[in-house]
Amino acid sequence: MNIIVCIKQTFDTEAKISLENGAVKEDGVQFILNPYDEYAVEEALKIKEEQGGEVTVVTVGPARVEEAIRTALAMGADEAIHIEDEAAYGDEYTIAEVLAAAIRQKSYDLILAGNQAVDDGSGQVAVRLAQLLDIAHISTITKLEIHGTQVVAERDAEGDTEIAEASLPVLVTAQQGLNEPRYPSLIGIRKASKKPLTKLTLADLGLSADAVGRKVTPVEVFLPAAKGAGRILEGDTAMRVQELVRELRQTSKVL
Amino acid sequence: MTSVNFDLSQEQSMIVKMVREFAEEEIAPKAAEVDRNARFPIETFEKLGELGLLGLPISEEYGGAGGDTISYALAVEEIGRACGSTGLSYAAHVSLGCGPLYYFGTEEQKKKYLTPLASGKALGSFGLTEPNAGSDAGGTQTRAVRDGDSYVINGSKSFITNAGYAKTIVVTAVVGKDERGKNRIGAFIVPTDTKGFSVVRTYEKMGLRGSNTVELSLEDVRVPAENLLGSESAGFKQFLYTLDGGRISIGALSVGLARAAYEAALQYAKERVQFGHTISKFQAIQFKLADMAMHIELARDMVLKAAWLKDQHRPFTKESAMAKLFASEICMRAADQAVQIHGGAGYVQDFPVERIMRDAKLMEIGEGTSEVQRLVIARQIGC
Repeated sequence: MNIIVCIKQTFDTEAKISLENGAVKEDGVQFILNPYDEYAVEEALKIKEEQGGEVTVVTVGPARVEEAIRTALAMGADEAIHIEDEAAYGDEYTIAEVLAAAIRQKSYDLILAGNQAVDDGSGQVAVRLAQLLDIAHISTITKLEIHGTQVVAERDAEGDTEIAEASLPVLVTAQQGLNEPRYPSLIGIRKASKKPLTKLTLADLGLSADAVGRKVTPVEVFLPAAKGAGRILEGDTAMRVQELVRELRQTSKVL
Repeated sequence: MTSVNFDLSQEQSMIVKMVREFAEEEIAPKAAEVDRNARFPIETFEKLGELGLLGLPISEEYGGAGGDTISYALAVEEIGRACGSTGLSYAAHVSLGCGPLYYFGTEEQKKKYLTPLASGKALGSFGLTEPNAGSDAGGTQTRAVRDGDSYVINGSKSFITNAGYAKTIVVTAVVGKDERGKNRIGAFIVPTDTKGFSVVRTYEKMGLRGSNTVELSLEDVRVPAENLLGSESAGFKQFLYTLDGGRISIGALSVGLARAAYEAALQYAKERVQFGHTISKFQAIQFKLADMAMHIELARDMVLKAAWLKDQHRPFTKESAMAKLFASEICMRAADQAVQIHGGAGYVQDFPVERIMRDAKLMEIGEGTSEVQRLVIARQIGC
């Protein structure tokens, strides 16, 4: 079983977000492997341990993302592909195109990814990738079983569970609850630096910067307004509902 | 021209990150409970073993992870920040349990006794202190007498960390006198299931209550002659070197505890409102926190310098004593000031600083008191 895991390095979930020149400031921020991608890596490793095979992690990003790659390798992935090219850091469209070009060069049975990244939370890249590769996908899974080429996954459907079936090759995205990611062991960390890591540019993938240029450009980036003091509504239920509606219409103008 | 470099290697920072996550998720939540119940968290040590942490600085051929002393010191700091008791037991296992076997054992001794410890299948311990001997090893009264192919050991040992849970312990014992009439001290590998070896009692301690500290009795404990570590007169030098290494780990543990105290105090100061402001806005509190932050930074630098020297195979006796002395004293000070910042809340068990202050005191005592560290430094600077 050849398994590919798409990963992303993201801000630490406890990092303080600040803006500078209309962009999120990265200085002094701790970066981590996106927690949803950690579930994807763990699931890949579990399948490899049960059924054998190779686990390759793929990511796009600047030099700093190598730390996230090494974390996945330390957990037990076998090798990694790192697309490091300014022109590849576009929007979801760009990343999906770049990943697809890299993954087409490999043979694969199963592709895993996180359901979303905790930074921008778009949840688009993996499903776009399945589309580009022309394979089925099952998103936000909480359980995965593979028998031969048959795949049965449970997916989180707004609190209910949906059972989906597919045949390999398939792409699945991991939701919280899929598994409990392992800590990389010390031996794993020590071995990680010796595992193969292939660095690629758009040219290596036969892509031009124009062809994968972003389709969406952020117009403005801003922090949410500071939270003011709360207000407890008083009176009986009818009065409180009336007051709440009035507040929503007039003060916060959400209605 | 850029030879001083404060960056950790990628491997070192990954180790720190892994240990920090593990410590925050698996160790810290139990810290109050193991302290309250004086319970040794054996299940934590099983997990530490699986992750390879119990043999962090031991080479892979003996079941270790082959890491360096810097990584080890940082790991101790992270574990100690989460739970002093767990940090102490961890440091004692690696520095004192594995250390003497790793540095002075023969190939056979290492394969047989070190591998289970470094690979995390069992715990190790070191028996030096006695009712009448500690830093003054000359007072050692435990005796080992050669009898054919074995040694017979008699005596007792005090304040021995981990010994109630250890599979193997290295104990020092007098084997005779040298030409000047001074005691010759040897070190012996004693499996704890040997007949005549027993735990007499488990101490009720002020702090670090989740660590296991016991008094041992050795009554006609017979071990094969091949269990002698090095030569019959090597014990003294061996434990000096072992303690030098152990001091790095107690320094690191002190930094971890100090950080825990500081972080708790900083958080509390930013939440506690008095006279219309959080108390973090008051200079009296700010100065305490600024001092803590500075001391922690300096202590860590000294610990890492001593660890670095050890990794470079250079002398580190003076630096490890300085690191341990400074770190332990700023740790006690930070714990004291953290309690002070908490006021009444710091004196009750609702906040961690009460426990940390009790834990911190041992830092100034274990692996040589502050007074002994000053003696070591004084000797090193030529007094």
